[in-house]
Amino acid sequence: MAQHQVNYLKDGGLPVALTTIDKVVNWGRSNSIWALTYGLACCGIEMMASGASRYDFDRFGTIFRASPRQAELMVVAGTLTKKHAEFIRRLYDQMTEPKWVISMGSCANTGGMFNTYATVQGVDRVIPVDLYLPGCAPRPETLQYAVMMLQQKIRKESASRAQKPKRLM
Amino acid sequence: MRAYTPKDDVQKKSYYTDRFWVAPQVAKSEVSDDAVFAADLAAIKAKFDVLDAYIQVEQMVVVINANDNYSVLEFLKNECEYTQLSEMSAIDWLATEGKFEIFYQMLSMAKRKRVRIKCKIDEKEAIQSVEKLFRSADWSEREMYDMFGVVVNNHPFMKRILMPEDWEGFPLRKTYPLQGDEFAAWYEVDKIFGKEAREIIGPENRDPARIDRYDTQRFSRLGHEVPFGTDISQGEPDTPLVYQEKEGVFMVEKFDAEKSVVISDRQR
Ligand code: SF4
Repeated sequence: MAQHQVNYLKDGGLPVALTTIDKVVNWGRSNSIWALTYGLACCGIEMMASGASRYDFDRFGTIFRASPRQAELMVVAGTLTKKHAEFIRRLYDQMTEPKWVISMGSCANTGGMFNTYATVQGVDRVIPVDLYLPGCAPRPETLQYAVMMLQQKIRKESASRAQKPKRLM
Repeated sequence: MRAYTPKDDVQKKSYYTDRFWVAPQVAKSEVSDDAVFAADLAAIKAKFDVLDAYIQVEQMVVVINANDNYSVLEFLKNECEYTQLSEMSAIDWLATEGKFEIFYQMLSMAKRKRVRIKCKIDEKEAIQSVEKLFRSADWSEREMYDMFGVVVNNHPFMKRILMPEDWEGFPLRKTYPLQGDEFAAWYEVDKIFGKEAREIIGPENRDPARIDRYDTQRFSRLGHEVPFGTDISQGEPDTPLVYQEKEGVFMVEKFDAEKSVVISDRQR
């Protein structure tokens, strides 16, 4: 128990600097990116490999969750069909803020080789994307690098509550 | 995006014709060449109208009237030992004949023979379901409806199977454009954001080869990444792989590329 009395609220003597809160929060956020299991096609296999023991995503704090309510990262791994577009939007809306999206592979980026009536030509037509991963399919190392880039991005952001959610429109 | 050319006449008018090209035809032979098939055909002919019959690639093809399809298949299943319906679907001949051709591919394990039953219907005509005879026809008939718009009567669950239920158009018809009509192009935008969002989200980019060297909003050169929207017409600097910020990361150990171990033994 301190001998002296400090009225923190009145004297402006808040013992923690705001930048430090930012850093602490961002340290927590960037090292516990829980990802939504979202394998849509062959890229999903590479995503699973990244989570498994050889590449071991757990050491980055990235743990795959089966529920959007426990996740803050959506790795869209694979071909998004037009039929599925509304579901990906619904799952994205169910994730809690702040949330990030990695679009993995050519299919998710641009529709890839599926230049047909049934494929969405890029997930960014439906949800806002933070990181695009080129490749068909990108190797697990590439996905790991993407997660590290995302960590850098998160560390640059302000942890303030006033942070504006990303919107397509 | 490539300009859309109407494909209503895709069967009537080919876009490229080679004067010396002859369309390959699979040779047909008489049904009487094969004793088993000849007996089966005689049995069918005794009860139903047969419009045409021949053997192609060791399989008998029998063309019947469309309203006989259920009874012919029932007869083949119960009397002639063709106990499996391995495939069925439709073929679009709308442009040349104004008709769909429906085919049923039958297999007899006992006789080790395959028979194909064919019939033709008009575009708006419906066909009788054979789902009561062969359970495999359940999804095949739904797929036929989904892809060609052929309505099947007496089917227990006549709905689209692959495309969304509110889809418009039948994708496997020859008149359906491969990259989708206007409904398909805006499907996800209309459904999720509403029609008024079309202008904001913009049309699809359907040209997979489109690259703009100096556009840093949509493209980046590997190893030469620059911030979003930078002007790079004067060239861009090299950017080596960066895993962490230069000044280090709060409470996280500094990554040292020298000290990291590269696993070269794949069996480890
Ligand atoms: S980008 Fe390639 S590997 Fe990935 S989902 Fe598409 S086709 Fe499959």
